[in-house]
Amino acid sequence: MRTASIKPGADRELKNYTSFGQTLRNSLTMAYRGLLKIKRTPEQLFDVTLQPIIFTLMFTYIFGGAISGDVLSYLPVIIPGILVQTVITTSMVTGVQLREDMDKGVFDRFKSLPIARIAPLAGALLADTIRYTIATVLTFVMGYIMGYRPDGGLGHVAIAALLVIVCSWSISWIFAFFGVIARTASSVQGISMLVLFPLTFLSNAFVPVDTMPNWLQWFVKINPISHLVTAVRDLANHGTVGWDLGISLIGAAVIVAIFAPITVRAYMRRT
Amino acid sequence: MDHVYKKLEPGNSEWAVEARGLVKSFGNFRAVDGVDLNVRTGSIYGVLGPNGAGKTTTIRMLATLLRLDSGSARIFGHDVVKESQIIRQLIGVTGQYASVDESLSATENLIIFSRLLGLGRAESRKKAGELLEEFGLTEAAKRPLKNFSGGMRRRLDLAASLIAQPPLLFLDEPTTGLDPRTRAQMWDTIRRLVNTGSTVLLTTQYLEEADQLADRIAVIDHGRVVAEGTSDELKASVGTSSLQLKVQNPLDLEVARKTVEQVLDIRSNVSHEAGKITAPLVNADRATDVLNALREAGVHLAEMSVQKPTLDEVFLTITGNGITEDATSSSSKSKEAEVASV
Repeated sequence: MRTASIKPGADRELKNYTSFGQTLRNSLTMAYRGLLKIKRTPEQLFDVTLQPIIFTLMFTYIFGGAISGDVLSYLPVIIPGILVQTVITTSMVTGVQLREDMDKGVFDRFKSLPIARIAPLAGALLADTIRYTIATVLTFVMGYIMGYRPDGGLGHVAIAALLVIVCSWSISWIFAFFGVIARTASSVQGISMLVLFPLTFLSNAFVPVDTMPNWLQWFVKINPISHLVTAVRDLANHGTVGWDLGISLIGAAVIVAIFAPITVRAYMRRT
Repeated sequence: MDHVYKKLEPGNSEWAVEARGLVKSFGNFRAVDGVDLNVRTGSIYGVLGPNGAGKTTTIRMLATLLRLDSGSARIFGHDVVKESQIIRQLIGVTGQYASVDESLSATENLIIFSRLLGLGRAESRKKAGELLEEFGLTEAAKRPLKNFSGGMRRRLDLAASLIAQPPLLFLDEPTTGLDPRTRAQMWDTIRRLVNTGSTVLLTTQYLEEADQLADRIAVIDHGRVVAEGTSDELKASVGTSSLQLKVQNPLDLEVARKTVEQVLDIRSNVSHEAGKITAPLVNADRATDVLNALREAGVHLAEMSVQKPTLDEVFLTITGNGITEDATSSSSKSKEAEVASV
């Protein structure tokens, strides 16, 4: 046992706030914890590995002929669509895993430590970007194998990939919120699906918008997912940056600005 | 920025914990119903009570893990509600269920907690190594926690609470479920911690544990403090000694109980399975009166003894609860623990 005596409470320098620097450091440490967990249980990467491969193959060969005449000319349409759909679906898992994680005793310790309150949440979400990266890379690789040659070039494809990862991270705050307020992991999955399906399918991800009835076009055009898909298409296929990129980033920022504070508050209140 | 750095007034550091009228309800159930606690700096304070008495809820409120419904609490003079972030820099909490990360190894757990507490990369590694050695976990350091025994988990949990060397430690039932040898080791560790200047507030359902470790004890039942004092004071409050009788014929038990209560004018405790009656005895001479009365009633005794009271009797007298099967077996278990550690 150590012989040095414990410094009495009265002699310590204490502060009743957490600085921005500390918040960042705490979040990065929590992200490191998330990465260690992924390393320990690699089977939780099954979904982000298989889903891009299966979905890309399936959708391209099913819809390709019907929508664009042949598979090859459908690829520039479907790959950005599939990419957004897959990666955002992946972000749903964040909420489910957060719920499971929070039920463990270790979250009691995180709460009792003098760390930034947001860190356990932000760290978990940050670690999940590795999942989005895997899904993104695999989707592009699958597209390439099937003959997709984006005209925007590698640089713009990389920017598009980054855009999708950033937006998915933002959207994962919504699922994190469900994760914090829900009682069980399976109910998180249920609520999230309900949000996710209309958002990803009622968009321009798979089919041209002008084939839809007018009332549906109205929704599809305001759906933020459509703007994200368009932004990715612009970048990857033409190497251009449009207004859709701006809308996507603003939308992402708004989601974080709303959901990060209410998620942290719900997390603090939960006992 | 000066105003955010606060130093305590020296006068305040006498008390590690001052809690007044703590209340916490869950729905209609009042888990904690007006608890007052004063814990002197540098002491071991035991909070003793049966399952569901409100011990854990009390600790969780003091450790900023639960909001207070009403009342107030100060840790080293700092308000638990208003200065929660300061409180977290002064305390270590070891939960009833080990609060460590199951999916990681022992070393990884300690490194992550160290990093969160602001230690550098190399420092964290060094600290983790030191603590693992101190708690005899070096060999298991790299193994995932899934394969850890309950005792190892508890040790790791305590080690994690000691990273920042907090001046106040909350230990929620630190030895529940541990085997006698591990329990004795845990007691040693707690005593040594206090010798280095730490203050410990521990909860326990083992009377023996409170008797062995705690300088002062608060007995909690139904969310209220029903008695408070040193172990000796509590024992003295129920009489100087106790009379124990065992009847030959179990059918005589009820007659014997009535006789004893009549003569001594006091409530007694009856253990039907063992055919035993235990009653507090203010004056040892009164034992003779009881024996005479029992002979007149025609009750034959198998055993009879006069003993100094144990905390068990204190507890039963104060809480007025019949002793449950659970409590009986656990307190006798803790006696075995004592024997084993001697």
